[in-house]
Amino acid sequence: MRLKRTIKENIAAYFFLLPNLTGFLVFTSIPVVASLVLSFMKWDLFSSPRWIGLDNFKLLFQDQLFWKYCWNTVYLMLAIPFSIAGSLILALALNQKIKGAVFFRTVYFLPTICSGVAIFMLWRLIYNPDFGVFNTLISKFGALVHVPLKGPEWLTDENWAKPALIIMNVWQTVGGYNMILYLAALQGVPRDLYEAAEIDGANGWQRFWAVTWPQISPTTFFIATMSIIGGFQSGFDPAYIMTGGGPNGSTTTIIYYIYNNAFKWHQMGYAASISWILFLAIFLATLTKWKIFSKVVHY
Amino acid sequence: MAKYVPKNITGRRLSLSFKIRIYLFLVFGAISMIAPFLWMLTASLKEPGAVFAEKIWWHSWVPVSFVWENYVKAWHAVPFARFYLNSIIVVSLTTIGQVATSAMAAYAFARLRFWGREQIFFTYLATMMIPGAVTMIPVFILLRELSWIDTFKAMILPGIFTAYGTFMLRQFFLTLPKDLEDAAMIDGCSYFGIFWRILLPLSKPALATLTIFTFMGSWMNFMWPLIVMNTEDKFPLPVGLAYFQSLYNTNWTLLMAGSMMMILPILIVFIFGQRYFVEGIKLTGIKG
Repeated sequence: MRLKRTIKENIAAYFFLLPNLTGFLVFTSIPVVASLVLSFMKWDLFSSPRWIGLDNFKLLFQDQLFWKYCWNTVYLMLAIPFSIAGSLILALALNQKIKGAVFFRTVYFLPTICSGVAIFMLWRLIYNPDFGVFNTLISKFGALVHVPLKGPEWLTDENWAKPALIIMNVWQTVGGYNMILYLAALQGVPRDLYEAAEIDGANGWQRFWAVTWPQISPTTFFIATMSIIGGFQSGFDPAYIMTGGGPNGSTTTIIYYIYNNAFKWHQMGYAASISWILFLAIFLATLTKWKIFSKVVHY
Repeated sequence: MAKYVPKNITGRRLSLSFKIRIYLFLVFGAISMIAPFLWMLTASLKEPGAVFAEKIWWHSWVPVSFVWENYVKAWHAVPFARFYLNSIIVVSLTTIGQVATSAMAAYAFARLRFWGREQIFFTYLATMMIPGAVTMIPVFILLRELSWIDTFKAMILPGIFTAYGTFMLRQFFLTLPKDLEDAAMIDGCSYFGIFWRILLPLSKPALATLTIFTFMGSWMNFMWPLIVMNTEDKFPLPVGLAYFQSLYNTNWTLLMAGSMMMILPILIVFIFGQRYFVEGIKLTGIKG
């Protein structure tokens, strides 16, 4: 009787699990193993694959371009602190008792909701050196003070392409998910803490650092780690649309390099080995997150 | 007794000057968010080619000419209607597939005891840390072996089965009380009946969240369809738009009209469903 029930429950469980599990095996877990095997091979998709041991990884460590693209990826993550600080400031302002908070929240969320190819095309126009928004403003300002000013070439200038992408990224993310998470966190801060601080004579600035900041630190930590993990894997879509990874590879990120290796140059094994280095970076970031979480975060 | 003075959440009475400064700041923020969209709208309605050196500054920001023909031209320059249709097919099948299979698997993990449950669940968890770039290459090779490249199957199937959806719903199911299900079980309700009539109706917020995130992710997904699709007629909207850009690289009025056409549907969805967006984001944030 008991056994019959167990069997029945097992059958039911696998009935529920099977659709997802099948897809999961075919499109996730088996490919993970396959990718690892592939990273020890040389394969151009047309001839037969060849086992080359650690050669891909050895090559990778001597690959100047790879290191350059790693640097690009990290450089572009400069957007993260600006975006987080901006999100927090916006959330603090919205959290005052003001009318129209929902309206502002909706407007700030627009760039997040509309992100994607259309927005990258729009920003290509905004960064146009001749009639884009920034350079028009710069030359107008120059005319005002009687100094001929000319803005940078932005997306086609090796020094300005990355800052341009960072500015766009901050614009896109500042009023998005992070701001909403901060708003929720701010609303969860117990009110009596503020009252106690006020009785002790703390001004607004002191109240923020003594009460708000420690109270919302779990949210800050969550946002920061998720942004870093996401940052390692990002950069393909905007670069593909706006710069093609250029000028001179200055906006190519790790994921873009994987794409190029696998789907442009058909170096499947090499691309797989890069993706495992990427995994390692994310894995280390996640481990650090777990390690630090208990130490830094105040409750 | 001191009179009760209403305070805001940070314990501060808002003075008028403080309030004005907050509003100025918020309005400044709102303008920076909206301005690029205005620029886009204005550009999309200009005379082709001629107009980018505007003499009067605000003519770049507020539409003064209304060349609706740009939209007609963009619509016909590439098969936009086809792109829309393709996107709708891919996005709806991916979303339905993901929510349905995730919910079923999550029920098994959260409520049923079966052989190998811990091991399978651990495998799910372990893969959540692995970036999509790792699986992308073998999945492409697999689809190529199956001759599925350039088919809708290649666009849809790999996007359905995520460990994340299953994990999120399982966590939510675990927070629901079990008493109701036990009672239903005693009354002879089947496992499927419990799942369908008790668990799912109780899980509407979590299901809505997963639906929204899958929908958004799938609608904006660019890289994967770019990799697996080759035929113009089968492109979803983002890839179609990129293809459009490659053909009309500097024809800005047309490009902006095309971009407007891509963001309009999602804008409408967002304005009507924004409450669910906000609740959904909070739900994912709490889980950490």
